[in-house]
Amino acid sequence: MLETELFVAADRLPGAVPAYSARLEPAALRPACEQARADGARLVALWGSDETPRGRGFALHVALAVPVGLVWLTVPLPVEHPRYPCIADLFPSAARMQRAAYDLLGVHADESADHRKWLRHGAWPGGTFPLRKDFDAAKKFPLTEDRYPFVKVEGEGVHEIPVGPVHAGTIEPGHFRFSIVGEKILRLEERLGYKHKGIEKRFESMTLAEGARLAGRVSGDSTVAFAWAYAMAVEGASGTETPPRAAALRGCLLELERIANHLGDLGYLGNDVSLSFGFFQFWRLKEDLLRANDATFGHRYLMDLIVPGGVARDLAADNAARLIAILDRIESEVRQLRSIYDEHAGVQDRFMTTGAITADLAARMGLTGFAARASGIRQDLRVDHPVAPYESMEIRIAVQEAGDVAARVAARFDELFESTRVLRRLLARLPEGPIQSDVALPSAGRTGVGWVEGWRGEVLVALDAAADGRIHRLHPHDPSWQNWPLLERAVLGNIVPDFPLINKSFNLSYSGQDL
Amino acid sequence: MYQLLKQIAKVGIKTEAPPDADERLRVLSGELDAVVLKHFGRALAIRHVDAGSCNGCELEIHATNSPYYNLERLGIKFVASPRHADLLLVTGPVSRNMEEALRRTYEATPDPKLVVSIGDCACDGGVFGESYASCGRVANVIPVDVAVPGCPPTPTAIMQGILTAVSPRRK
Ligand code: SF4
Repeated sequence: MLETELFVAADRLPGAVPAYSARLEPAALRPACEQARADGARLVALWGSDETPRGRGFALHVALAVPVGLVWLTVPLPVEHPRYPCIADLFPSAARMQRAAYDLLGVHADESADHRKWLRHGAWPGGTFPLRKDFDAAKKFPLTEDRYPFVKVEGEGVHEIPVGPVHAGTIEPGHFRFSIVGEKILRLEERLGYKHKGIEKRFESMTLAEGARLAGRVSGDSTVAFAWAYAMAVEGASGTETPPRAAALRGCLLELERIANHLGDLGYLGNDVSLSFGFFQFWRLKEDLLRANDATFGHRYLMDLIVPGGVARDLAADNAARLIAILDRIESEVRQLRSIYDEHAGVQDRFMTTGAITADLAARMGLTGFAARASGIRQDLRVDHPVAPYESMEIRIAVQEAGDVAARVAARFDELFESTRVLRRLLARLPEGPIQSDVALPSAGRTGVGWVEGWRGEVLVALDAAADGRIHRLHPHDPSWQNWPLLERAVLGNIVPDFPLINKSFNLSYSGQDL
Repeated sequence: MYQLLKQIAKVGIKTEAPPDADERLRVLSGELDAVVLKHFGRALAIRHVDAGSCNGCELEIHATNSPYYNLERLGIKFVASPRHADLLLVTGPVSRNMEEALRRTYEATPDPKLVVSIGDCACDGGVFGESYASCGRVANVIPVDVAVPGCPPTPTAIMQGILTAVSPRRK
């Protein structure tokens, strides 16, 4: 119990993450959230669950980040009219999560300003809720027309440009509606959910062992972060300790994923400002890294390597040396490329002041990850709540002030270099010993959380176990939920041709938020 | 500017001469180049449609444009509209929320058209399977010429899939 430091009485959850759980009546939710907000808490995730098989109606879950760790609030809701008080005025990123929780489960946020559907398009009818336990996952409803009331911007000379869901180029599907005057963006409204493929329902048909593969495919570009968060949640619920060697290898995998993604995006950011040189250089280096991943770990994107209990594959000593050599080369080349970007007047002209998010807005809206750090927010789970192997890594947080494309580019460069430093340290001193421990089956109702600083931001996995090693409810949460609404703000006052650049500087996941 | 030119000169040309790329890729590039030239007489136009992937397959499609693979140089280019496409490259299980959009894209692509489905999900539904929200494999929604398995398939496998689709031998 840590109630003296917390805004509610809560129990410590077992597991690597400093997490606490508390049950609250619906009427106590807002006062608790108000207090938490006043103490500087931020919303990590919001989801619902069907507890009727346990004879308890429904539940709303809210995960908040507080200075001592993560607080998982559970609010029991009645079977008839499951409603809870809206918290989107306190935590703006809750708005879309509340809408998703309604679409999937039929739990209703009272007093909410926005009751439009979010993940539901035309694939299932309103009033039918896929995450209810009596909903048959295999049932296919006839497609109906997806009517969605976009917000209209009126005014002289205002034009609307609808884009998507299918885009030019290799981009995930989503719809963007721009309201413009001349070339200036007055408003952007996003419509997401096109990739909703029933991931959460699917988890409920799986064993904990099977779920690891699915967790690694919530957002493919963050497969390591999700697989690790999933493993952490299962290990917490089952009381499993990870061997030190496995923890060190997990750290290596996560930093390799961070470097690969930053390399790819830094290349595209050059391309988007007509410096195709940047694309070719960075993608050459990215390919070198992917090949090294494949040669040493057996997968270019490091999928399925982190499993509950440890890691699935060991790293031979000569392969560790091989990785260090390639990282040394990548780092020295990226240092040169950075000075080319920095000194290229045309590039800087496009990067500076474009797509800016102030620190104040970032904090209010709950921006996360490197994008938050680029807006001056000093937060990184690897530093704030380090789990093994990060306790002894002394990660330098890559903070920038301007919050524009240039700052996000600078933060990515800094994080890439920091990751190579961490990798060198980890690889040079991998602890000896096993790479897996046995995972006992958690008893029904045991919960666990995983919380990982992925390359994009904080990834959360919250697990509630069922009997026989199965899953009662699992919510995988991508940081894109938090950051998508900030993209709408970042583009305001910018010109339409800068949208791809601003968008790429964040590079958010559609799959991760559409679930 | 000087630095930039120096970097270009130092790195040299990477395509077709990757230090440790497999020989298969070199052969594949040559064949692809020849077939596109012979049968299309111009660049083969590809439209990519992500119908619900986890975005892992997209990472590898992007990689086919990297200097080691350099798909564009083989006379293959990605186009912005299905109306200009000869071939659709489709990823993902088809989410039901994308079912209509995929069908419409297919219809908007002029005949004769080719469809290559990319990745385990596109081939058989993969880890997501079929459900209230997923149609499963691409062939459940539109006709598919070539299916490329893998999770995700490598850039070489993707190029192989495209080659197989455009080769006259396929019929
Ligand atoms: S095949 Fe694998 S990488 Fe491709 S979309 Fe499916 S899960 Fe993702």
